[in-house]
Amino acid sequence: MNAPVAAQDVLHGLSIIDAVKKAGVEYVLSVPDLHTSQGLLYPIAADKQLNLVRVCKEDECLGISAGLTYGNKRSLILMQYTGFLYAMNAIRAVACEYRFPAAMMIGMLGLEEGVAPKDSKKFGLKIIAPILETMEIPYELIDTDADIARIGPAIEHAYTHSHPTAFLIARRPLAS
Amino acid sequence: MMNRLDVLRILKKHITDQIVISSYSTASEWIEINDRPLNYFSHGAMGLGSSHGLGMALALPERRVVVLDGDGSLLMNLPTLVSIGRAAPKNFTHIVFRNGTYEANGGHPIPNPNTDFEAMARAAAISKACTISNTQDFENKLQWLLNDEGPLFACLDIEQGPLGPRDYKEMYRPERRKALRVAVGADPA
Repeated sequence: MNAPVAAQDVLHGLSIIDAVKKAGVEYVLSVPDLHTSQGLLYPIAADKQLNLVRVCKEDECLGISAGLTYGNKRSLILMQYTGFLYAMNAIRAVACEYRFPAAMMIGMLGLEEGVAPKDSKKFGLKIIAPILETMEIPYELIDTDADIARIGPAIEHAYTHSHPTAFLIARRPLAS
Repeated sequence: MMNRLDVLRILKKHITDQIVISSYSTASEWIEINDRPLNYFSHGAMGLGSSHGLGMALALPERRVVVLDGDGSLLMNLPTLVSIGRAAPKNFTHIVFRNGTYEANGGHPIPNPNTDFEAMARAAAISKACTISNTQDFENKLQWLLNDEGPLFACLDIEQGPLGPRDYKEMYRPERRKALRVAVGADPA
């Protein structure tokens, strides 16, 4: 018999989506990520209030997100940590140096349960937070439902003050 | 084979309230002949001009967005054709200057100067695509390129322009991005 999962140890995708929508996000720009596929991307694709723009590579998202701001449209960039690493120059140029707002939700595929990203044994994962800190990009670790309340204010601040922000999705979100 | 400045001078005659996005060599020539608030200069992440344009086209569906791209730039963001083809903004025009070189980076050839960009656009579901190699043909197609339902794509065969160095600082000032926001109504005047 499996031990019951404590309520504080779960992350619900629909609650994340609700927080994102309440923060005024109308567009989601995404390359699929196994970590957030079931819990976020499928529900987002089915959500009639969100416009999903499927792209091929993550750096495209930075350009599209910046372009959307000219119509005062907010977007969420949904990608895996490998995509974040791939898009580094676009993030540096568009979000950091040009200071366009960018809300990046980064799936930490393979992160060990209960382990902080910096302490991961996986090289690709443990370098993400230090890179964000070096680039002076504020970030939030989203591991359980209790963390979701920090999403909305961070998006609001990013768009009000024109800077990038990131959310590291630690636990795989549930599709509910 | 056309001269890019000749092409841009023709384009200027037909540009009214469209947003024009350009980068690198094309941008430095466009700003010389048509400096206006509705210009946007993509810089720092080569190839992203079309992605900026896609975002603007989606956010501002009543306004035509014209992207002036280079062949080297497009090759750095080739997946953009697929993304544009799927999003299919009706107000989007993508013009690619093909001179077969990375002109802004010293004039080195692109990996294959014979690349057929029109065919690539068509393969990415951008069916309204053409290749133009003389100025008369360009002038004849301009009304179509600027007014027909998009996405539209045109590959323009041009000769290589003057090699750098060029001064990009003026066009990338934050005040220009602010002026565009005001011009499209995103910010108050």
